[in-house]
Amino acid sequence: MVNKGTIIYEPGNSINNKTGSWRVFKPILDNDKCIKCENCYIFCPEGCIQPDENGDFKIDYDYCKGCLICEEECPVKAITGIREEK
Amino acid sequence: MQNVKVITGTSAAAEAAKLADVDVIAAYPITPQTTSVEKLAEFVANGELNAEYIKVESEHSAISACVGASATGARTFTATSSQGLALMHEILFAAAGMRMPIVMMNANRALSAPINIWNDQQDSISQRDTGWIQLYAENNQETLDLIIQAFKIAENENVLLPVMVNLDGFILTHTVEPVEIPEKEKVLNFVGQYEPKHAYLRPEKPMTQGALGDPEWYMETRYDVQKAQDVALNVIKDIHDKFAEKFGRAYGNGLIESYNIENAETVLITMGSLCGTIKDVIDELKAEGKEYGLLKIISYRPLPTEEIKEALKGAKNVAILDKDISLGLDKGALFTDIAPFLKDKKTVNYIVGLGGRDIRKANIKEIIEHTENEAKDTETKWIGLKE
Ligand code: SF4
Ligand code: SF4
Repeated sequence: MVNKGTIIYEPGNSINNKTGSWRVFKPILDNDKCIKCENCYIFCPEGCIQPDENGDFKIDYDYCKGCLICEEECPVKAITGIREEK
Repeated sequence: MQNVKVITGTSAAAEAAKLADVDVIAAYPITPQTTSVEKLAEFVANGELNAEYIKVESEHSAISACVGASATGARTFTATSSQGLALMHEILFAAAGMRMPIVMMNANRALSAPINIWNDQQDSISQRDTGWIQLYAENNQETLDLIIQAFKIAENENVLLPVMVNLDGFILTHTVEPVEIPEKEKVLNFVGQYEPKHAYLRPEKPMTQGALGDPEWYMETRYDVQKAQDVALNVIKDIHDKFAEKFGRAYGNGLIESYNIENAETVLITMGSLCGTIKDVIDELKAEGKEYGLLKIISYRPLPTEEIKEALKGAKNVAILDKDISLGLDKGALFTDIAPFLKDKKTVNYIVGLGGRDIRKANIKEIIEHTENEAKDTETKWIGLKE
């Protein structure tokens, strides 16, 4: 539950706000096409694209807001935006 | 020995803030509130009150400074009126949502246009959904007594909401009346020290206040304020009773005050200084053998609907007098709020005294006459209107 007056007693926990809840479009990343240029990683305003331990890029959908900047920036069209299914 | 001073309502408010030993005052002068903040500035300047007086450039800044001060755990006071209160509107929501126990004196005054500095209650009524507790004083003594109680209500751990104490502009703010000033020590003993547990900015214990509340959380925070308003009903009553016991002055049950209601079929309902005039009329008519009652609303938010229903059990006709108007509906706030609970009675709405139009005893008698005879159920009548 929320604290009285929405006070947050442990700063730095805005990670609890799952900003992905208002997404209309969902980016799908195809690692077979991906050339690991890191453009999406740099440009994602939510910082939610990260390489995993194998070097494959993964999108954290809890925080992806669906702006599709990643799709725009990907030089090899490895990212495609689709309509979010609820 | 009793210490009685013959003072204005704004001075009574300033005295109350001083007695409660506020830590921070931030206010901007506006008619008819000005004399109150002048008095407080004087208290701070001459060393009678050890508080920080923040000079600001507008009421928006005044209330913003108050929210900041309150967030550090300081006991905070401000005063405003009309356009000033309207300018605070945005931050009033923040103060309530952040659960800051700020106490404010509002000098009730009409809103522009046309520019009008005289009394009606449209300013505070327009802020009714901000989450603030709203109390209305009938006279200068009640102003002082309510402000002292307001700190205790606001800072109650289960309430933690800002409280606005309203007094009628000029009618109270600029009229002198004898006001008993209690001893400071006795007041401090009653109000107690404010020891915030929820909001307290300290370098060693950082916290975030006024954070983002996305759709996942916002609704719950509004519901929390509603729950606190519910709790406040009992807290206000309780604090009133304790105050009455300690200082020897009582006002109904703290939420509402009944006057000759048990003998009357026709009852008037209103708030603020108008209650004094109505009590006089009731006394006069009683001397003629006619029984009329008054139900004075002290706490408008939270609105004690159960108490109101109970108090009006014996009444047949109810005249609800509003010094405000919801344009486009042609009803005042008290009427729209109370009438749905009184479906078994004839309820009539009277719009009175807008922009300082005098409400005389003859007007009250006209209202009683009209309610009992020609008035239709749920009708609205504007009193003293030039056609
Ligand atoms: S759609 Fe926007 S938020 Fe989501 S991963 Fe792409 S750039 Fe980031
Ligand atoms: S921008 Fe495209 S190619 Fe570059 S890392 Fe991201 S998905 Fe791979």
